[in-house]
Amino acid sequence: MSKKQHYTLTVNGTEEEVLAEPRELLIYTLRERLNITGPHIGCETSHCGACTVTIDGKSVKSCTMFVAQADGKEITTIEGLGGPDALHPLQQAFKEHHGLQCGYCTPGMITRAAKLLEENPNPTEEEIRFGMSGNICRCTGYQNIVKSIQAAAAEMNASKEAAE
Amino acid sequence: MKDDVDSREDRIANLKGMGCSRKRVEDARFTQGKGNYVDDIKLDGMLFGDFVRSPYAHATIKSIDSSAAMEVPGVLAVLTAADLEPLGLHWMPTLAGDKQMVLADGKVLFQGQEVAFVVARDRYAAADGIEAVEVEYEELPVLVDPFASMTSDVVLRPDTVADDGSPANGAHGPRKHHNHIFTWEAGDKEPTEQVIANAEVVAEEFMYYHRTHPCPLETCGCVASMDKVNGKLTLWGTFQAPHAIRTVVSLISGIEEHNIRVISPDIGGGFGNKVGAYPGYVCSVVASIVTGKPVKWIEDRMDNLMTTAFARDYWMKGRISATKEGKITGLHCHVTADHGGFDACADPTKFPAGFMNICTGSYDIPTAYLEVDGVYTNKAPGGVSYRCSFRVTEAVYFIERMIEVLAIELDMDAAELRRINFIRKEQFPYKAALGWEYDSGDYHTAWDKAMQAVDYDGLRAEQAQRIADFKAGKTRKLMGIGLTHFTEIVGAGPVKNCDILGLGMFDSCEIRIHPTGSAIARLGTISQGQGHATTFAQILASEIGLPADSITIEEGDTDTAPYGLGTYGSRSTPVAGAATAMAGRKIRAKAQMIAAYLLEVHDDDVEFDVDRFVVKGAPERFKTMKEIAFAAYNQAIPGIEPGLEAVSYYDPPNMTYPFGAYVCVMDIDVDTGVPDIRRFYALDDCGTRINPMIIEGQVHGGLTEALAVALGQEIAYDDMGNVKTGTLMDFFLPTAWEVPNYETDHTVTPSPHHPIGAKGVGESPHVGGVPCFSNAVHDAFRAFGLRQTHMPHDHWRIWKTANELGLHDQG
Ligand code: FES
Ligand code: FES
Repeated sequence: MSKKQHYTLTVNGTEEEVLAEPRELLIYTLRERLNITGPHIGCETSHCGACTVTIDGKSVKSCTMFVAQADGKEITTIEGLGGPDALHPLQQAFKEHHGLQCGYCTPGMITRAAKLLEENPNPTEEEIRFGMSGNICRCTGYQNIVKSIQAAAAEMNASKEAAE
Repeated sequence: MKDDVDSREDRIANLKGMGCSRKRVEDARFTQGKGNYVDDIKLDGMLFGDFVRSPYAHATIKSIDSSAAMEVPGVLAVLTAADLEPLGLHWMPTLAGDKQMVLADGKVLFQGQEVAFVVARDRYAAADGIEAVEVEYEELPVLVDPFASMTSDVVLRPDTVADDGSPANGAHGPRKHHNHIFTWEAGDKEPTEQVIANAEVVAEEFMYYHRTHPCPLETCGCVASMDKVNGKLTLWGTFQAPHAIRTVVSLISGIEEHNIRVISPDIGGGFGNKVGAYPGYVCSVVASIVTGKPVKWIEDRMDNLMTTAFARDYWMKGRISATKEGKITGLHCHVTADHGGFDACADPTKFPAGFMNICTGSYDIPTAYLEVDGVYTNKAPGGVSYRCSFRVTEAVYFIERMIEVLAIELDMDAAELRRINFIRKEQFPYKAALGWEYDSGDYHTAWDKAMQAVDYDGLRAEQAQRIADFKAGKTRKLMGIGLTHFTEIVGAGPVKNCDILGLGMFDSCEIRIHPTGSAIARLGTISQGQGHATTFAQILASEIGLPADSITIEEGDTDTAPYGLGTYGSRSTPVAGAATAMAGRKIRAKAQMIAAYLLEVHDDDVEFDVDRFVVKGAPERFKTMKEIAFAAYNQAIPGIEPGLEAVSYYDPPNMTYPFGAYVCVMDIDVDTGVPDIRRFYALDDCGTRINPMIIEGQVHGGLTEALAVALGQEIAYDDMGNVKTGTLMDFFLPTAWEVPNYETDHTVTPSPHHPIGAKGVGESPHVGGVPCFSNAVHDAFRAFGLRQTHMPHDHWRIWKTANELGLHDQG
């Protein structure tokens, strides 16, 4: 047990003040203090990716980062990608192409895939499989996850072109 | 009339009923991070409980001192067996007729066993408290090998031994040794021995189906909340069988069943892990009663892999006999089953080795005998059906390996050997030598379709060339062709022979049609990713003629759902799916009377047509189901009660027997032991297909879990009983990178006894996939003399196989 400290995080565009022990893992800060329960816990050892969020433009496994390390950072979770009024193309594509079953890996998957498509808007299947290899799914066998990401990429590229 | 504008086809499409790839209704919340899993539950004043666990696999507990832990800020209580004993809760019954310690009662029997339960303000305080609990252990000799256990003087379970030291009878009869649990037999021993003794050809093999773990992405957990004012206990948890859990909690706690509400919220995958009752549930309930506050318990991954629900761990010895031409005449199987420290297998009561007696597989084998010996060791309890129906995975692995070994003995092609031994279409319903009656099948059609799809002869020719090239030093890669034809037995099951803790394994569905023509249906099952809310609505849509989109499906709340035995063993579609159809038919029967009244004709003069009842011979005169629903609530109809509701409890007359033909083609790098899966073709016959998209998804997922088990996933122990694979670092879960694309295909042979002919599919790909991957590895080395090598075939073991066959000497 160590002394609690104040930290400031920007989560999905909202600035949040939290009082927590520095040893608290970011995933617990998000889930238990801020009630952001989209990111899940599957291992706490950086293997499964269920806890994936984006921090300052990078995919991060929030189970392996202390809240102290996240102080002052910008964090995006699945809740920040899209909602009932405007789904993110990946959220739409996962629904369309049966990219999920139990749904437990899905927030981490989509959050990671969003980052992947930002870095590489036209990934090959191989690049998708490699780029998603930090996220484990026990249900789908990945085939439809890959399909969903391909579909979302196509959709996002098409609407970018239309906008240009 | 208003609804008459659409064509019949449009009306059918509008229902989104059976046979269409309806998109899942569950996905909106999951894709937006709005699922509600047990760890998402947050209640006022909620505490967190966690376990002090044994570092030893076998030890006496000399003392437990929790005084320092009680000084840790935030720690409220530390429970030990001594605290539970006055309540009679320091042990609990297992599903297998044995009992299990809730908290260590004087000794521990496996590493990670629950020793004390620390209740604290939050999980960090609980972790600090756990650190501060001092337990003094005295180590005892460790038995991790079931064969050694069966001859050892060390008594693992003194509670199962009579005063004179002899083993007391167990739940399944006499025991042979103090570490023996049961012997279970099926078939005819003497005739089988005779057939084998007189056979022209006999193949013998010994194979180990290693211990592994279902490892759903979400671990097990619960929240217990005792409302002392109203005397009501609410228990949320990752339960694959919420109603059974309620009954168990009532029986062991003494709280009346109506005062217990069990809720399974969204579940992050189960695969058998979440069927059993675990010490964490009991301790959370007790802690909530003691503190008066809600208590949450959530396993971490290591707890999960080390303690709750291992699968497999079967040592199988087989003999199979045949004529010189390859016609199989007899099969003998003996299993030594390692059950760990307590027999906590999740099987129907009368089947301590599950449905292992489906091990004659897809073949017409006239004579067979099976004997299973269960044994205690210093390993975790469990023995659950990891994505399979009660040991069917073991049975199918056994027979599909025995066929390959027999093919080697006969110097025959393994595909042809299967073909000449399949049960023929006209033999169904087929009574197997080990007791089951297979409902329906058409194995030859499926097999031929599969062989054609992959160009089997072409593959064999390519393989022959590869072997020649390898021998000529032109390549270091061998090619393996894995074959499997599996027959599953799922949908437990008929109440006459299937129960769990005395509860018959029927299932249920209750439907309420609302006045405006939408509906809610509740079932006794619980989805863990299978998409019940989507598919059960499709069954209903076809049965009652209301659109699936207008039907809400609810499961998992014992206060509202009808009683059922839950979801595992692919039983949801065969049992609850049947209940759904039957309840739908009751609705339809009443709707028919209402329609006839409204149309002013006799009941027999109207007939159901998609979404309406029409007057026979006058299709322009009809009442839609929507109109009928409203009429049920808005007018007095002579002789008919108001309302439109139905409930059905379905006791299936038989199990269902899905089957399939799988082919795996892999290249194996002899120098690194790395297999590259080039192709995987999976043909499944699950009878009537409810939602092809979901079936395909189940097949992809099941095959991937099969790949994991066959090629690397295991729960391994060292000689001291330490778990060597307790994290995802060592426990293999394939990522997108390791998994191939699968080709799916199907035939349709409906189940004759199921109301809609469906058989269930969720587990088939796992059951059939494991032997298929394994056979491919074996097949790659067949030309070099390999007969049998144990799974998992990880890179190291494959390399070792190549090495032992002398394949590294030539390079
Ligand atoms: S929970 Fe963070 S990677 Fe698994
Ligand atoms: S959908 Fe269940 S873990 Fe991915």
